[in-house]
Amino acid sequence: METSALNIVVLVKHVPDAQLNRQLSAQDYTVVRTDSILSELDEYALEAALTLVEERGGAAGGNNITALTMGPPAAVAAVKKALQIGAFEGVHLSDEALAGSDAAATSLALAALVRHLSTAEHPVDLIITGMASTDGESSLVPAQLAARLELPQLTFAASLEILSEGAEADGGARKAVIRRDGDTEAEMIAAALPAVVSVTDQINSPRYPNFKGIMAAKKKTVTTLSLADIGVDPAHVGSAGSWTAIDSAQARPARTAGTIITDEGNAGVLLVDFLAAQKLL
Amino acid sequence: MSAVLVFVDQHGAAADAGLSRRTQELLTLARAAGEPVAALAGPLSPAAHACLGAYGVGRIYQSEQSELFDYLAAPKADFLAQVAGELQPAAVLLENSAEGKEIAARLGIALSAGVICDAVGLDAGLHAQKSVLAGSYTVTCRATTAISIITVKSNSVHAEAAVTPAEPVVEAVSVSFGAASLAAKIIDRSATPASGRPELGDARIVVAGGRGVEGNFGPVEELADALGAAVGASRAATDAGWIEHSAQVGQTGKTVSPQLYISAGISGAIQQKAGMQTSKVIVAVNRDAESPIFEIADFGIIGDLFTVLPQATEEIKRRRG
Repeated sequence: METSALNIVVLVKHVPDAQLNRQLSAQDYTVVRTDSILSELDEYALEAALTLVEERGGAAGGNNITALTMGPPAAVAAVKKALQIGAFEGVHLSDEALAGSDAAATSLALAALVRHLSTAEHPVDLIITGMASTDGESSLVPAQLAARLELPQLTFAASLEILSEGAEADGGARKAVIRRDGDTEAEMIAAALPAVVSVTDQINSPRYPNFKGIMAAKKKTVTTLSLADIGVDPAHVGSAGSWTAIDSAQARPARTAGTIITDEGNAGVLLVDFLAAQKLL
Repeated sequence: MSAVLVFVDQHGAAADAGLSRRTQELLTLARAAGEPVAALAGPLSPAAHACLGAYGVGRIYQSEQSELFDYLAAPKADFLAQVAGELQPAAVLLENSAEGKEIAARLGIALSAGVICDAVGLDAGLHAQKSVLAGSYTVTCRATTAISIITVKSNSVHAEAAVTPAEPVVEAVSVSFGAASLAAKIIDRSATPASGRPELGDARIVVAGGRGVEGNFGPVEELADALGAAVGASRAATDAGWIEHSAQVGQTGKTVSPQLYISAGISGAIQQKAGMQTSKVIVAVNRDAESPIFEIADFGIIGDLFTVLPQATEEIKRRRG
């Protein structure tokens, strides 16, 4: 492997399509996972990995991109989609004991999985995730994964660069640099590899799988692993291993349309009348 | 009574600065659930000291170590973990900002404690309310661990000072940072220009524009200023570069719940609805009568925003004399 080559793990999640009506299970308040797809926000993570790898000569340059997911059997669809878009290989952590995992339990399983995949011969250089999943929407997992792996956390990246200047002086250490846009300031943040990076939807424009990619994906490998394979005690994950619980859930009453008018030249005034009547002025 | 620790970040605060409204809200919630205690990162101004006392805080743990502000999230989690280790609070409350959630996430791992984020309500028993699946459900949840870590959204409670103020005692903390915590270094900061308008996430009123503004946010901004509102935008408008990304309301932007949301030239696709459908009152202006936004609008106008918005702005100014 060349020194500039990167071994990247991209975390992908199989989530209910946000365009459709999504539901919580009436029994245990977990998300109902029918009609699921690759989380849209993970496409940016995959694109970021593909960009870095293509700049370094792709597979021929010794680079690798592993798309990794955890979830029920159907979740392998997210990995397969990632392979069609361009990931090199896939890993699916599937175990009934994982059902109902909160962010802490999820990050525990994922940390064990990353450790399992990172070998002395092929250490993982970068773990890239989306800014949030489109179902959980919490953004907790990347920070918890970094904490558990004791790796630097470079989160909400609106840009990402890997620098290897001064490599000799740093003993060969490569650095990741991100830009993070906050409400009041933008920050540039740097850390030595390996690192956990989460990227926003501002970082790139994800590509779609093309016919060639779809055909090529059929030949790519997906490895399925269980908790036993990666040495995780089932009691530490799933609902039982989670540190949070949902006591009740109520569907929000559907909003109903109110008064709809067509502008006949005075709608601006009528709008102000409405605001005044609602005591909003 | 168990302690409830509130994280107060005063980094870069002016010498005469008091506490932000968000912090005052957290202190109000903390006092309802136990004894409010502050973990303060940064300087303690006389105004902030007085404000903490007014909110009933008797103990302040403070650190001004530069590492807290030179690295992303992790050192602040170390600080809170060290204070919580000594204090054993029932809960730690933080702001629901991107950084607040990440500090909470890391603190959860350090303390083996459950983390609840995006809370919009919190009772004295530390049960939190939050909206999930883009506002389609409201759930009540809690941490099942000895310590609960909760990030709370702005405007979740009306900030109120304590009936009996306290005289805070300050204890300086020297944080021992984990080696891995001093890894993601902030090497440059550049301030985003201030708009002079309320912050989108905190605002009582939001006026937002979408594809229909066709590159001209003027009418949206003028109505926002007449109402003292924040300016928001749909993803189509931020992607087109008509307005800064931080103005985006929606699934990949901010989630807002103002008293009034005025949507102009936005079709109201799911990506946008996810960010605003918990607003109290929704007003929509759109030329297309078929736009999904009209399905959720309390008051909808089928019309041209370039005539309706300026007329409304003029009318508001006229009524206010």
